[in-house]
Amino acid sequence: MLMIRKLGAATLRNLRIMGVMGLFLFKGFFYSVVPPVKITRVLKQVHFIGFQSTLVIMLTGCFAGMVLGFQGYNSLRQFGSDAFLGPAVGLALIKELGPVFSAFVVTGMAGSAITAEIGIMRISEQVDALELMGLNPYRYLVVPNFLAMIVCMPLLTAIFDVIGIFGGYLIGVKLLGVSAGVYFGEMAAYVDMGDVMEGIYKSLSFGIIIIWVCCFKGYYTGIFTGFGAEGVSKATIQAVVMSFVLILVWDYFMTSVLF
Amino acid sequence: MISIDDLHKSFDGNEVLRGISLEIKKGEVLALIGGSGCGKSVLLKHIAGLIKPDSGRIMVDGKDMNMLKGGALTDLRERFGFLFQGGALFDSMTVFENVAFPLKEKTKLSNQLVRERVFRELENVGLSGSEYKYPSQISGGMVKRAALARSLVMDPEIMLFDEPTTGLDPVMGSAILNLIDACHKRLSFTAIVVTHEIPGVFDIVERVAMIHEGIILAEGTPEEFMSFTEPVVLAFVGRD
Repeated sequence: MLMIRKLGAATLRNLRIMGVMGLFLFKGFFYSVVPPVKITRVLKQVHFIGFQSTLVIMLTGCFAGMVLGFQGYNSLRQFGSDAFLGPAVGLALIKELGPVFSAFVVTGMAGSAITAEIGIMRISEQVDALELMGLNPYRYLVVPNFLAMIVCMPLLTAIFDVIGIFGGYLIGVKLLGVSAGVYFGEMAAYVDMGDVMEGIYKSLSFGIIIIWVCCFKGYYTGIFTGFGAEGVSKATIQAVVMSFVLILVWDYFMTSVLF
Repeated sequence: MISIDDLHKSFDGNEVLRGISLEIKKGEVLALIGGSGCGKSVLLKHIAGLIKPDSGRIMVDGKDMNMLKGGALTDLRERFGFLFQGGALFDSMTVFENVAFPLKEKTKLSNQLVRERVFRELENVGLSGSEYKYPSQISGGMVKRAALARSLVMDPEIMLFDEPTTGLDPVMGSAILNLIDACHKRLSFTAIVVTHEIPGVFDIVERVAMIHEGIILAEGTPEEFMSFTEPVVLAFVGRD
């Protein structure tokens, strides 16, 4: 009986958290489209999320492309299809790896920092201070991150894709001897605008997932996670793990149902 | 001005407030005392509308805090100033930026006027010369002073002080209480001071209320309070 009661309590608690998360997302969207928008804060967050992640995105993109170049070449060569290395690298990056890897990098670099920052503001009563000044904390803490992520995520993914394709080119063409004309020519033949748009839609939705989860976990530090420094630490870990899981689940849903 | 009626609040089954009723008149300064964890800060946050009660009402000038939402709640909150226990200064901003923040966000004052107001407010709390330091670069007493300046810069009608002297040495604690008294005389706000600074706080307040086990156990002027014979009160004011 006690076990059933505990199970019921845990279910109700999780349902409540899901409800609050849903409401949080709605408010994030609502205040993003209803003025006033704090433009300077949006630009600051664009710099933080976008600019500061660029180098790591380029680095991971390059190596992801190089690995794809190696693996793709070795696999395709067995079937005498190494001419299709370009489309293999291009499609894998543009449709799948670019959006997912970029989302992982941004979660690790910007998402976790945003959770920690908002979480510390929450436990040190800075969020309460904003409210007591008659200011809406969503407009200061959530909306700038939402808008900045919507701007940055597709661009970072595009950078990842381009650098990744270049990485594949380095390995496939310069190292393994596939013709440059074949690499890019076949890629142009097999990769169409629909594939590019699929990657953009995915990156956009991953960006929303990241900022939704990370802002939510920070905002509710001490309420749904523990208190103090431990609460911030837990919130940050939960934000990163939940973002990763939701990105992959949503990726599967988008790939299987929408595209 | 503020009327609290039969306020109840529980956290995870632990009933912190068990029927608090209290009246605070306009312009009055009330000290709220009680043991650690008895619900003083929780009551203060209820008054500010940061926490919703399980039952009971808080009326501010005839308006029920719990019934207010959106713009009406924001309008009422703008009449409040709140000095948080830890100051709650924005740690990514300098002292100047912290004090200027509400002015820049809530008024249309020119940069020059904002600057003048901020410098004047910081001078009033004795923080001239520390304008461009970050909260992490100043002492605990200076953080409280800066937070006081930020909460006073919008000329609030109601000031709520959450343990303004906690963590400070006796001299600094006394200085903060004197500062609160000076600000009250200058601005005539209504104030509630949650504190353990007994009997020091008795010199600056008109009334004292003591919370014990979730209810108001004793209430009266500082003189009346010192003559209460209730054992818990005696123990608390150090006359047992």
